[in-house]
Amino acid sequence: SAGMFLRLLSDVRWQAANPKWRRMTCCQRSTSSTAEPHPVSLPAQAQVVICGGGIMGTSVAYHLSKMGWKDIVLLEQGRLAAGTTRFCAGIVSTARHVSIELKMADYSNKLYQQLEQETGVNTGYTKTGSISLAQTQDRLISLKRIASSLNVMGIPCEIITPKQVAQLHPLINIHDLVGAMYVPEDALVSSANVSLALATAASRNGVQIHERTSVSHVSVQKGRVTGVETDRGQIQCQYFVNCAGQWAYELGHSGEEPVNIPLHACEHFYLLTHPLKEPLASNLPTVVDPDGRIYIRNWQGGILSGGFEKNPKPLFTEGRNQLEIQNLQEDWDHFEPLLSALLRRMPDLEALQIMQLVNCPESFTPDMRCIMGESPTVRGYFVLAGMNSAGISYGGGAGKYLAEWMVNGYPSENVWPLDLKRFGTLQSSRTFLRHRVMEVMPLMCDLKVPRWDFQTGRQLRTSPLYDRLDAQGARWMEKHGFERVKYFVPPGKDLLDLDQSKTFYKPDWFDIVGSEVKCCKEAVCVIDMSSFTKFEISSTGDQALETLQYLFSNDLDVPVGHVVHTGMLNEKGGYENDCSIARLSKRSFFMISPTDQQVHCWAWLKNRLPDDSNLTMEDVTWKYTALNLIGPRAVDVLSELSYAPMTPEHFPSLFCKEMSVGYANGIRVMSITHTGEPGFMLYIPIEYALHVYNEVMNMGQKYGIRNAGYYALRSLRIEKFFAFWGQDLDAFTTPMECGREFQVKLEKGMEFVGQEALLEQKQNGVYKRFTMFILEDHDTDTDLWPWWGEPIFRNGRYVGKTTSSAYSYSLERHVCLGFVHHFDEKTGEELVVTTDFINQGEYEIDIAGQRFQAKAKLYPFSSLFTHRRRKDEVELSSYQRE
Amino acid sequence: FYLTPPQVNSILKANEYSFKVPEFDGKNVSSVLGFDSNQLPANAPIEDRRSAATCLQTRGMLLGVFDGHAGCACAQAVSERLFYYIAVSLLPHETLLEIENAVESGRALLPILQWHKHPNDYFSKEASKLYFNSLRTYWQELIDLNSGETTDVKEALINAFKRLDNDISLEAQVGDPNSFLNYLVLRVAFSGATACVAHVDGVDLHIANTGDSRAMLGVQEEDGSWSAVNLSYDHNAQNEHEVERVKMEHPKSEEKSLVKQDRLLGLLMPFRAFGDVKFKWSIELQKRVVESGPDQLNDNEYTKFIPPNYYTPPYLTAEPEVIHHKLRPQDKFLVLATDGLWETMHRQDVARIVGEYLTGVHHQQPIAVGGYKVTLGQMHGLLTERRARISSVFEDQNAATHLIRHAVGNNEFGTVDHERLSKMLSLPEELARMYRDDITIIVVQFNSHVIGACQNDE
Repeated sequence: SAGMFLRLLSDVRWQAANPKWRRMTCCQRSTSSTAEPHPVSLPAQAQVVICGGGIMGTSVAYHLSKMGWKDIVLLEQGRLAAGTTRFCAGIVSTARHVSIELKMADYSNKLYQQLEQETGVNTGYTKTGSISLAQTQDRLISLKRIASSLNVMGIPCEIITPKQVAQLHPLINIHDLVGAMYVPEDALVSSANVSLALATAASRNGVQIHERTSVSHVSVQKGRVTGVETDRGQIQCQYFVNCAGQWAYELGHSGEEPVNIPLHACEHFYLLTHPLKEPLASNLPTVVDPDGRIYIRNWQGGILSGGFEKNPKPLFTEGRNQLEIQNLQEDWDHFEPLLSALLRRMPDLEALQIMQLVNCPESFTPDMRCIMGESPTVRGYFVLAGMNSAGISYGGGAGKYLAEWMVNGYPSENVWPLDLKRFGTLQSSRTFLRHRVMEVMPLMCDLKVPRWDFQTGRQLRTSPLYDRLDAQGARWMEKHGFERVKYFVPPGKDLLDLDQSKTFYKPDWFDIVGSEVKCCKEAVCVIDMSSFTKFEISSTGDQALETLQYLFSNDLDVPVGHVVHTGMLNEKGGYENDCSIARLSKRSFFMISPTDQQVHCWAWLKNRLPDDSNLTMEDVTWKYTALNLIGPRAVDVLSELSYAPMTPEHFPSLFCKEMSVGYANGIRVMSITHTGEPGFMLYIPIEYALHVYNEVMNMGQKYGIRNAGYYALRSLRIEKFFAFWGQDLDAFTTPMECGREFQVKLEKGMEFVGQEALLEQKQNGVYKRFTMFILEDHDTDTDLWPWWGEPIFRNGRYVGKTTSSAYSYSLERHVCLGFVHHFDEKTGEELVVTTDFINQGEYEIDIAGQRFQAKAKLYPFSSLFTHRRRKDEVELSSYQRE
Repeated sequence: FYLTPPQVNSILKANEYSFKVPEFDGKNVSSVLGFDSNQLPANAPIEDRRSAATCLQTRGMLLGVFDGHAGCACAQAVSERLFYYIAVSLLPHETLLEIENAVESGRALLPILQWHKHPNDYFSKEASKLYFNSLRTYWQELIDLNSGETTDVKEALINAFKRLDNDISLEAQVGDPNSFLNYLVLRVAFSGATACVAHVDGVDLHIANTGDSRAMLGVQEEDGSWSAVNLSYDHNAQNEHEVERVKMEHPKSEEKSLVKQDRLLGLLMPFRAFGDVKFKWSIELQKRVVESGPDQLNDNEYTKFIPPNYYTPPYLTAEPEVIHHKLRPQDKFLVLATDGLWETMHRQDVARIVGEYLTGVHHQQPIAVGGYKVTLGQMHGLLTERRARISSVFEDQNAATHLIRHAVGNNEFGTVDHERLSKMLSLPEELARMYRDDITIIVVQFNSHVIGACQNDE
């Protein structure tokens, strides 16, 4: 029963800890049952109200109170740590694919380790280590990639042989293993007690905790949180934190101003057994067998084993709310594949007696990453939820980052991959979420190969040309719900089916993309880039220009018809967005940003635009279809279609003009291609999209035009050293650090956001530098391909990680982009990175543990591919094989 | 030409029927939980019939399959009438009197049977009056005969079978002023039908069989495996006792001509049947009836044809062989099926497939460990077994349908091969009969709890 489990999983020691809030809120349990349920009334106001008393809520409260915020109320609808937190398996594992998640887990581990000492609450922390098993070579590669990441972060970790696995764990059947990863510092905790320890510490720091109090909705005025309504009355507050776990979605939608938190619960099963005849040692490593989809930890002399099945059971789609998670039905037939995997891995457990099969729902998100941050629509509304069943591993770190976010305005690390604003309202459909989490949950154990795409929840946002392109062999990927072409499979050519094309090596589309790139270089290609975020900002007077001059780092006071590449920087000079802005008229601007900026950029600008009815901003993303004409013959195609000269003399680079193409009028033509190649972007009102596309393809025929996709674009931009926001650039990267001083006008005659930080960097130098690496001894056909996140070594020492990579068909080499730091050899302190430092090093890139020599470059090879040649090409000529 | 799985399913399920014995006060006190039945035609129209009914004036349930030949008229008539004859044979004297008095005075009749019929199972309205009159004559005779003894089920079954066949024969000899009815009774008499009927009352199971349909009991052994127990003997050339019986009933001079090519008089497969007056009447009677009959009958070569070596009729009887079986808790189900099933499947396979289906579908309740001591290995074994069952049965809601799927679609490995199933079901009408026979199946599921309790009472 549930009662038994609370007792078993959490050795609660209230009396020992004796926190004062316990006395106040829990006396109905310690005194007679007739005691009134809520002896302490809620405060009328507080600075922060946190909803949810699980690991997330208590961690946020703990960290906020540590950072000096004291006026905090934590509300829990049932009892503290009684939801998913109580039932979770308590495994703290740092073996994570995404670097920010890895950092959160590492911090959590260190926090939990000292938590008992700090609070006096027994957290059950035991350092057991973990072993991740590989049944296949591909799995081992995946583990080696994680091991590389862990090692450069200073987390002990090694790749071990099956024999070593047997030495670490007596029960594991090693016959089908090819290797494993051992992380000795990973730990086990009693998750409920960790949460209670955090609550205890927070309570000592002044946080008020009220159990059995439900938040019904959050009050909002003028786009700001003003208070919460609970079943016990109202609390006025400036900040609200939604840590309601699987109920976060519903809570987000309960207010008059809905906050969309895209997560959905799935049932999750694990097994508990009685102790073995010879009880298992409590420090026996946790075993993760991703190929068998299971994890196994020691538990009270027996084992606890669960997993992520292929056919998950989503629940609460209709939002059936419940006070506390009820003990859901055990489903042995559903658990059968996982039990089979368990007995295959540990055959000696056959005779072990079952105690119970626990069904504990977990919440999952559309992209397998957790959700944190501030709502784009309601200021002061923060969220921390959707842990994809890694709540204990992330709890400490996630709570810390969110607390920093609230106190300092931004966390100490780049958390964009976890930012709530990566989602829009388009991810709020329950149908979408239900379908997507059914795909996401099995993915927890699936191999993470480069360039995989979700299969569910697709074809939501599409270009008007979707069917035309699809019929011509387009293969699609999705970004922010928008379908984008990866490449076009030529007629008659068959690619491997999806599963087989998952590889860490050379992919099957290699030659296809190669020919698209070649066509971009020699003739002309058309790429549908309609997914880009497009805003129009205009005003009656000079307000638009003045505001943009303040919010953007480059000088936007350019003649009408000019396009400016500029960063949208934060106070620290970091990129909140990287965009191209065309001045359409004296008073109106057309702004193009990356696809996934739609929500973030809108919120950023909305919060900073002056409250002036004469200044308007409109999201026109849906109004325009964007075609990118790339290649030397783009100019010929366009001039024939428009009867206008398009040569550089008449249409110089970074120029924008409304003109007619074919019969269609009002096409915004810009001489940019986002790749460094010659060509044009066409912004076409959607009703003309098909017409213009047809005209371009017909006219282009004699110039050898063909369709191309984003993989070709990617190869082109990376070999040209073009950084992309979200991939290479983030809020912690300044223009100075990526060689973009030329896109900053420090002396544009007025102040702008980030100016001070940039001036300081200009004076004192930068602490990291965006660098291009060309792999030298790497065999494209037989070696593992770089992806991103590979450690960079300079003279044998770790200096940073790659952020993107691609094969350059021109150089016939792999190109990786990444940041180089300069850590002091003795102290590890970060030092200024100079050009000499970059140029004088010998570099290696670590791909899954194998190091490849790389040549570092701070400037692109643009000269190589254009007609104007520069001096520095001489040293590169060796790369060009005729 | 290829049928998709949904098309195959719609063909297989077209005639399926299920009946669950209603529970009373939350409990099913009957020894029968319910039954599933289904038919798959090969002939067009199908010549098999099935019937199921609950006796309302006595206890017990009647179920039967009827395999017609030379048309479906006889099988249809038997399927409509036989259970009334059986029910009447079982009725105590007082009830018979009560019924007769009700008819006499034009009062509402006590209902005798509650039928469990698929919409496709019809009654011929035109003949109902004729059939009723024959039945009434039968019970009037029973009233007159009042033996005062309690009715023996075995005897009642035999009497009912023989009486009905006799009535069929008489009705054809007498004829009917209505030309439609006249033709109908002749068609009934000149065609034939076998019958395999089960009467279940508590732990008493009686099987009355005439012909080559078969009743089979599914028994679950202690180790959970399934075995089959035959509860009927086929009346055909493969049954030595039957051949012996037929030979005993005729002069030694006919010994060689009686059974030729495994057929009675070289013509008829079943050695017992309803109707088939060509094997029962004298040559003179046959000629008289045909000549005075309607033109359709006269023009029919089959009816005019006299079997060769036809010296000492009757050669054929409808008298059933009755087997009594006391149900035990391990007797889980009964399969009644026409020879179309038994030609393609061995009874042992039938027992296994139905047994696994029934336990898989109807007894596959979620497993809960609760307070029991279960090891991981035991649980694993149990789950793998359950999964193996589910994978093959989840398409069918009906045990008879499931059995037909196997009968028609089984490949050499004993598993359903969809391609084979699709081919067999898409055969054109004229070819279908060459590859398979009509199949009619009733699967009766027993209530082990009630049977166990009854056993203890005795």
